[in-house]
Amino acid sequence: MKHVLNSVEEQFEMFQILNEDGEVVNQDDVPALSDDELKELMKRMVYTRILDQRSIALNRQGRLGFYAPTAGQEASQLASQFALEQDDFILPAYRDVPQLIWHGLPLYQAFLFSRGHFHGNQFPEGVNALSPQIIIGAQYIQAAGVALGLKKRGKKAVAVTYTGDGGTSQGDFYEGINFAGAYNAPAIFFVQNNHFAISVPVEKQTAAKTLAQKAVAAGIEGIQVDGMDPLAVYVATKHARERAINNEGPMLIETVTYRYGPHTMAGDDPTRYRTDDLDNEWEKKDPLVRFRKYLEGKGLWSEEQENSVIDQAKEDIKKAIKKADSQPKQKVTDLISFMYEEMPPNLKEQMEDYIEKESK
Amino acid sequence: MAQMTMIQAITDALRTELKNDENVLVFGEDVGQNGGVFRATEGLQEEFGEDRVFDTPLAESAINGLAVGLSLQGFRPVPEIQFFGFVYETMDQISGQMARLRYRSGNTENMPITIRSPFGGGVHTPELHADSLEGLIAQQPGIRVVIPSTPYDAKGLLISSIRNNDPVVFLEHMKLYRSFREDVPEEEYTIDLDKADVKREGKDVTLIAYGAMVHACLKAADELEKENIHAEVIDLRTVSPIDVDTIVESVKKTNRAVVVQEAQRQAGIAANIVAEIQERAILHLEAPVLRVAAPDTVYPFSEAEEVWLPNYKDIIESVKTSINF
Repeated sequence: MKHVLNSVEEQFEMFQILNEDGEVVNQDDVPALSDDELKELMKRMVYTRILDQRSIALNRQGRLGFYAPTAGQEASQLASQFALEQDDFILPAYRDVPQLIWHGLPLYQAFLFSRGHFHGNQFPEGVNALSPQIIIGAQYIQAAGVALGLKKRGKKAVAVTYTGDGGTSQGDFYEGINFAGAYNAPAIFFVQNNHFAISVPVEKQTAAKTLAQKAVAAGIEGIQVDGMDPLAVYVATKHARERAINNEGPMLIETVTYRYGPHTMAGDDPTRYRTDDLDNEWEKKDPLVRFRKYLEGKGLWSEEQENSVIDQAKEDIKKAIKKADSQPKQKVTDLISFMYEEMPPNLKEQMEDYIEKESK
Repeated sequence: MAQMTMIQAITDALRTELKNDENVLVFGEDVGQNGGVFRATEGLQEEFGEDRVFDTPLAESAINGLAVGLSLQGFRPVPEIQFFGFVYETMDQISGQMARLRYRSGNTENMPITIRSPFGGGVHTPELHADSLEGLIAQQPGIRVVIPSTPYDAKGLLISSIRNNDPVVFLEHMKLYRSFREDVPEEEYTIDLDKADVKREGKDVTLIAYGAMVHACLKAADELEKENIHAEVIDLRTVSPIDVDTIVESVKKTNRAVVVQEAQRQAGIAANIVAEIQERAILHLEAPVLRVAAPDTVYPFSEAEEVWLPNYKDIIESVKTSINF
């Protein structure tokens, strides 16, 4: 039937600026970043790769708790955050701790979050973000709400949220992009398509060939970006942000990426669902390798600089773990006092019991 | 003072708070131009504009997710879930999200959300419109469940709920919306949350209820009075958390209690009250604490409602069982 539309996917070509070898393949879209900004972005990616390695080690030593590895996704995570302003509000998923750190969350608090200490989530004033969401997709509809709130307040800021490929199967994913579209709210919805929702490959997640095309049904703009290319991610985010604050509506950005490590450190074994060949194929696309080559070509990066970032990261991590260690232990009385602003009678009674228990 | 139905008192409370605080936002399915399917928001969009009172796309999870997001920008959202039977669609945003956010943020975020929703049986709705699902939310710490039984209470409790910095599920029994009028002050007033109300004093037995069952209890008390049995009637007003002190004080006086709920018997509000009474007043009891509740079936299709729902006769029967124990 001639009125049947088969697909829109061929209209979603993957946006790329740097290829795997760090060569510019799309001169028109190279962002006007200064040398210092380019170096800063590289610094953040190197730093975060070290943070990931150390976090995995600390987790294995029992010195960190819940941890979702980030290596491979640095461009998707950090280049998108790099395009934001401090007033922008981030609603991350559990793997998106690096964006919070670069948005201003002190490292020791990120470690406390991992350990399951509430102080990890007591964000300092000016860190406009929620703590990482555990329920897949729940942050998408909240992002629509934050965005609508920013619009009502007349702020020139955006709500930015992240999920993975699996997240696009959730009802909340559709509800979030649809609500934001209906209210023309300034939101940027990221799908970091790392190809596996724990173990389920994206091909089993949906018949859609791209995840970006899901924007079409919500009537919002969508783009598929090479998620291993920091410049492409940066430019797409900047574009989305400009549109959003100019009241041109929300945007869905699919970053095509890969996580090298397991889903989390809680026993996931990627060899059960991924091949070495696939891992190797993706490691060739590594965002740090390609950005390093690009910067070296411009004379902006050296081994010395890289080593100094690595040393700095290790030093910071050491200090942050020490600071996290010194945080007072949590008590049941803390928990009780955080349930309501005005304590109801049942908790008042339980509070008295626990004050007594904890004084022993 | 004006005579108002409960639905009018609710509209009046919403108008009062929309006027008082520009951060108050009212939204949900059909709440805008249409004024809500029960007309609870009648005229509010016209008066306060579409920026403050607005329709949402049809998705309950996102309605409450929107409320969470708006709270993070300092608003005071009053979302409507069109019928509480649709709450399953949005359980995560209620129990998984807004109820936990004060704790999750280490007490740095308020969630001043009041979810209004019609519930309860007896008005011949289609399936999944009439269930009493307050027990689902009562299981969740961090959120209150408030249920008014009169127009006066509806206004005062709704204003208190909206001004509260924690989330409230405010359930409005459909049968009470237009069943009677009473005097409701035109000026603003609040009624304390977490406090029960002694609706009628008596010395022989304590009847504990909420929502429409308060009226069944009052009717039963009238009938029992004719037989010289003086029932005290307590309206919980806030069903989670419950005001145990008021209940226990009454039971210590009457030595007998019957807990009444429209919801199914298993694992509900009434079971919790029975447990609290026996822990705190067992030596004052002359009889087991009894429950009047619906049977443990799913909520029936509309033609079976009248036989299924507990009524004042069931209450009288239980009171007599207690007295004759």
